[in-house]
Amino acid sequence: MIDEELVQLLTPEGERVSHPDYTSSLSGEEVLSMYRDMVIVRRLCNESTSLQRQGQLALWAPLQGQEGAQIGAGRALAPMDFTFPTYREHGIAWCRGVPPESLLRLFRAVSNGGWDPQKYRHHVPTIVLGNQVLNAVGYAMGVQRDGAEEAVLTFFGDGASSQGDVLEAFVWASSFNAPVVFFCQNNQFGISTPSSTQSKVPLFRRARGFGFPGVRVDGNDLLACYEVTKAALENARAGGGPTLIEAYTYRMGAHTTSDDPTRYRVEAEVEVWKHRDPIERIKALLVREYHSKPAAFEAIGAEAEAFALKLRDDVLAMGRPDPLSMFDNVYAEPHPLIDEGRRDMVELGIGGGVH
Amino acid sequence: MVTTTMTMAKALNEGLRRAMEKDPKVLLMGEDIGKLGGVFRITDGLQKDFGQDRVIDTPLAESAIVGTAVGLAIRGYRAVCEMQFDGFVFPAFDQIVSQVAKLHKRSDGVYTMGLVIRLPFQGGIGAIEHHSESPEAYFAHTPGLRVVSCSTPHDAYWMIQQSIEHDDPIIFCEPKSRYWEKGEVDLEGSPYGLFDAVVRREGTDVTVVGYGSSVKTMLRAAETAAGEGTSLEVIDLRGIAPIDMDTLVTSLEKTGRLVVVQEAPRSTSVGSEIVAELTERCFYSLRAPGIRVAGYHVPYPPSRIEEDYRPTVERVLDAVDRVMGYAS
Repeated sequence: MIDEELVQLLTPEGERVSHPDYTSSLSGEEVLSMYRDMVIVRRLCNESTSLQRQGQLALWAPLQGQEGAQIGAGRALAPMDFTFPTYREHGIAWCRGVPPESLLRLFRAVSNGGWDPQKYRHHVPTIVLGNQVLNAVGYAMGVQRDGAEEAVLTFFGDGASSQGDVLEAFVWASSFNAPVVFFCQNNQFGISTPSSTQSKVPLFRRARGFGFPGVRVDGNDLLACYEVTKAALENARAGGGPTLIEAYTYRMGAHTTSDDPTRYRVEAEVEVWKHRDPIERIKALLVREYHSKPAAFEAIGAEAEAFALKLRDDVLAMGRPDPLSMFDNVYAEPHPLIDEGRRDMVELGIGGGVH
Repeated sequence: MVTTTMTMAKALNEGLRRAMEKDPKVLLMGEDIGKLGGVFRITDGLQKDFGQDRVIDTPLAESAIVGTAVGLAIRGYRAVCEMQFDGFVFPAFDQIVSQVAKLHKRSDGVYTMGLVIRLPFQGGIGAIEHHSESPEAYFAHTPGLRVVSCSTPHDAYWMIQQSIEHDDPIIFCEPKSRYWEKGEVDLEGSPYGLFDAVVRREGTDVTVVGYGSSVKTMLRAAETAAGEGTSLEVIDLRGIAPIDMDTLVTSLEKTGRLVVVQEAPRSTSVGSEIVAELTERCFYSLRAPGIRVAGYHVPYPPSRIEEDYRPTVERVLDAVDRVMGYAS
């Protein structure tokens, strides 16, 4: 399909292919359950885009096209693993159990985070490109010092692959043999900048220069993403050190709701990738191999619709935060400028209620 | 009281050692801090005693030193990061202002960023460029961070321990020109809180405030001024962010005159903040405008001429003359 080094276990038509290093271990039930995850996450994304268009979200970063990469990687995690996302890892957040409405708090601009990152073992979204990749390596160094059998999975895109922090993270992970897996979703664009501007060699090959393995996986192949990630995480937990996974995929939508992709890419390319849709190929597999009936897909579709309605209600119920809350948790210990700011605001008659 | 005489460098070393003995989660990270003991030998011998997993010789990448310290903090460790020199902190600036300063807030208080970034700062050692800067205002300006500076071995010993125990991130500024000066350290305790400003010499005519290397300069100026009949009250700021304004207000209400001393360039600086805040708080006590004795608005000069850039006793005394010259 794209190149011979690509790990693929399922063709765009939903036919299994064999690979010397990876074999799909998932049962039909598991595949169906992951299909459900993908459908719900896509529905979440569509609803969020609508909410943004209706003025209910400040911004949305869509993931359409990347569901296979994210649900594949997300479902490969063990409960005690820790994940460090960007702002587009909605599928990972879903797999980690982050309440969907919490995921939207950042985008509704009522929070700078949104959930308890220790509870869900899923770090808060990082918007400054690449910062979280170094944070993930540090966390992995902590895991190592604790002697824990846990792995860290961190995310970034082809755009962020040019950031110094990402490359420094490669050096550190390699030098300290940190139990971290770098999951790069190469969705072909950093806003408008094509991935060919970020790298003259396939991104996964960079790993070799840093001294650890790199794997390019078909990012629209859920089965392959699952197996490649699972193997890399197991290797990390067993002390084998880092792996770079390049999930070769395509961002079907815009970078964010502020973007207009028609200005920088041609429709014909988008059409090509439509035929590689991660959800459709799993559906084809389910029909062909597991004889899933239309009723099963209809039930999941109906569940996704109900989910979207509830999400909408939950988002609309999120009111403006109390302005005084801006002073909370700036510092862990008392600080005079925080006390002063809070006092000034109260004296101005602001805060303490709903506005 | 058990006091021991030691240099500031040794006091920092002993303070770090004690912090590591008390809390197994304390780690040191930095360039050349292990076998070499750091370019200033502040961490001398610590890797030998605590091992390579706790005293980590890192690859040479400042953003990564701080960025991984953030991850370690999330995991429950307390990393003490050494920036080799003030002028090398800027690759880490992004991690410091984007993550270190904000993650307690962004996690709704779940994460504590209890890490310390040690920064040998200020000049006076005859170094080449990028080795003598005073970047404290960048950090003091950033909500979420705290900034302190020690000026004596006693404070170095205690403030580094207090900083490590503190649950907020601390930029710990060490006046490198004072590393090798000796002083008494009380190993049993310190009467001062981490951010307390301390009156080093009482006086009645002019309040002179500074931190780090400037404290010694101010004390010398006070000695000379006393001989000329002017009484200076010398205050060691210690806490650069937040500033212990109450101690400064008490002093200024007594003297009515203010001089602030710093090596950093004057404009939009810690000194600017002190003068502005005290003007607001002590307006009716003031007998003269507050004056800043500071570095000039130039890149730190080649060190052959650095003593013409750094505040000297003469420049402090000149400022004292100016504030004393206002009719009251």
